[in-house]
Amino acid sequence: MAEEEIEVTEKTKEVLERLGNQRSNLIPILQQIQEEFGYLPPDAMPEVARFLNIPEIDVYSVATFYNQFRLTPPGKHSIKVCMGTACHVKGGHITLEAWQRRLKVGPGETTPDREFDLDTVACVGCCAMAPVTVVDKKVEGKAGPTRVDGILLSYQMQKEKEGKETL
Amino acid sequence: MREVIGATVASTFDEIKKRAESHWHELRDDQMPVILVGTATCGRAAGALEVLQAVKDVVGKKSIDCLITEVGCLGHCYSEPLIIIRKPGYPSICYGHVTPVLAENLVINLLLNDDPSLEFVLGALEENELIPSFSDFPRARYEKRILLKNCGQIDPDDIDHSIGNGGYQGLVKTLRMKPEEVVEEVKRSKLRGLGGAGFPAGEKWEVCRRSQGEPKYLICNGDEGDPGAFMDRAILESDPHSVLEGMIIAGYAIGARHGYIYVRAEYPLAVQKVQNAIRQAAELHLIGENILGSDFSFDITLFQGSGAFVCGEATALIASIEGKPGIPRHRPPRLATKGLFGKPTVLNNVKTLAYVPHIIKNGVDWFAQMGTEKSKGTAVFALAGKIVNTGLVEVPMGTTLRQLLFQVGGGIPKGKRFKAVQIGGPSGGCLPEEALDIPIDFDSLQERGAMMGSGGMVVLDEDDCMVEVARYFLDFTQKESCGKCTLCRLGTKQMLEILEDITKGRGKIEDLKTLEELAEDIKMGSLCGLGKTAPNPVLTTLRYFGDEYEAHIKEKRCPALMCQSLTAYYILPEKCARGCDACVGTCTVEAISTDPKRRIKVIDQEKCVKCNTCMVACPPQYDAVVKLSPPDRVPKSK
Repeated sequence: MAEEEIEVTEKTKEVLERLGNQRSNLIPILQQIQEEFGYLPPDAMPEVARFLNIPEIDVYSVATFYNQFRLTPPGKHSIKVCMGTACHVKGGHITLEAWQRRLKVGPGETTPDREFDLDTVACVGCCAMAPVTVVDKKVEGKAGPTRVDGILLSYQMQKEKEGKETL
Repeated sequence: MREVIGATVASTFDEIKKRAESHWHELRDDQMPVILVGTATCGRAAGALEVLQAVKDVVGKKSIDCLITEVGCLGHCYSEPLIIIRKPGYPSICYGHVTPVLAENLVINLLLNDDPSLEFVLGALEENELIPSFSDFPRARYEKRILLKNCGQIDPDDIDHSIGNGGYQGLVKTLRMKPEEVVEEVKRSKLRGLGGAGFPAGEKWEVCRRSQGEPKYLICNGDEGDPGAFMDRAILESDPHSVLEGMIIAGYAIGARHGYIYVRAEYPLAVQKVQNAIRQAAELHLIGENILGSDFSFDITLFQGSGAFVCGEATALIASIEGKPGIPRHRPPRLATKGLFGKPTVLNNVKTLAYVPHIIKNGVDWFAQMGTEKSKGTAVFALAGKIVNTGLVEVPMGTTLRQLLFQVGGGIPKGKRFKAVQIGGPSGGCLPEEALDIPIDFDSLQERGAMMGSGGMVVLDEDDCMVEVARYFLDFTQKESCGKCTLCRLGTKQMLEILEDITKGRGKIEDLKTLEELAEDIKMGSLCGLGKTAPNPVLTTLRYFGDEYEAHIKEKRCPALMCQSLTAYYILPEKCARGCDACVGTCTVEAISTDPKRRIKVIDQEKCVKCNTCMVACPPQYDAVVKLSPPDRVPKSK
């Protein structure tokens, strides 16, 4: 545990060195920390506060205000279901329900085996391809409930293949 | 003094232009075949990157001498992925719905065997004898592309393509004018803010120019948060230099030294393209110290949003750049006197700024001849939802909604009936059939209870429930409310709960009155646009589709068969093909089974999650799956 803490502090310092210590850099700093770790580790927050010379609560107020930031470690794969208008009228909520049913977690949660993260996204601007799900960084168009099963199957097959290779 | 600087600027730019044009002509001149692949986000979602790889592979394998270029979005999103092949002696041919295998064949057929594969052609870019061109499409009569002119035709990662197509000429002209003259020119053009509010851009600029305080700031608002809108994304991804040029001109006019371009986090590709564009422009001294050898210096910083809808509001956006939570503040003081870091600031939308270079280059009269008396120029719309030609369109202001949706957009697919069009995102409203003949401009839409908003249009057909659509928008604004104003924070929550009750069949008739009262209170008691406009979707649906609300409340019935709690799926025994197992195989929760006695398929209503998969799977010749509302219309199985 202590080792992890040191690693977080070290890496956070590296990020901070790249940027100036003006208050206006707070959001870019948090974005880069999240880019580094996949989330905002609790140990990074006091470092950021000290660097910008602001109270830690101000760092948390920004980190919790914006939807993009997360305070818990992400799963291995991220599933983001688009909740835009065009996706909604083409059944985006049905797709979300299908993901919930298959992964057995709600939006904003991670599966117990830490394989998948389920979340919603406001609109990725691919309305012509509705309903859309962003799987890792790839935008999957026309993703209805059957496509959900297909995507999950492809991950399962990939995992099995990797398992065989390591044996 | 100005003449001397002007001459330096002109000669510096001439050199850049000459080099860029020669590079651009490599693509245009009929010497070598060129393959353009549209790889904007919408194209990628449809598989454009795989197509690009297939094209590269086949060109390498067959050693074909040609150029492959990635371009942005052509606006024909309904037929993504798109590729354009240009071969000497042929017009530029655009193919739609391309798969990797098809791409390989198209390239071989046209480039090696002189076969243009007519069956896959979407259209030609230029008029010609051989293939119908886009200008022959019925929609071409209504379209006028100014902001979208370069989108999908040039490589956004190559500044030479932009300059070769007239980019940065407005800037050169600007630097030869006095800043006051530039402000005057934009004022005379009557350009209005295309982010939705329609505030005259020139007036903002003038107030900021005259305000005391240094340094002044210019911000480009690319926080296109409205769900259903993707015009700004397409412009930033496909032609970023047009926006940068507009920013530099605006910076010069108002006397700013620094510019920010705020792009939302959900648009990673746009962020990448803009970053690259800024770097390239700086290399050519179009951004930075002493631009093109003049005495004007201006830099542009890209700021990535972090996923908060309210940051599209000007004061919240500024708070966000300052490193604070995006909570709007009271106005006045206006941004033009006290904005970013307390200094005079101008904030304009992506499209407004992209228009500026065109106005400076072509003059006020050119701009004023388009559009209506009070709304000049063109408007860009994103068509989505139940419409044939989803994608981007640009039409002169004053075009009617009917022309836009049915002539340009191609009408409603699958022979369904038009019900409403949702304009302007969560702040806008739903307009019914009767309102389709109004001209699209800032003022006409507002009279009808909708607004231009950012330009997203979502088309709804007979299968869409208006109560559910209103609930959807309220759910959105309620979640995105920053929480500062009580009426916005709690009022939207109250409205949402009432709407949820109605869609679940628990509504009371007096709820409709409460909704209207709450709507008025929220409008009065909210500080920023988010709260002031949040009730619009509910108010317009109540006004135009009151009967649907009543059906939900009085009969517990959803007329559009969309509200899940009020509908049930049922397989008509007389239509079911019995031997066919399509629905059984496709059901995601194994709720469909074969009745052993009657040999027909039966849905277990307890297990059914109403995901619609069986309805899609049932072969059209049987068409046996139906939706019934209220759910008790489903006959009890014996």
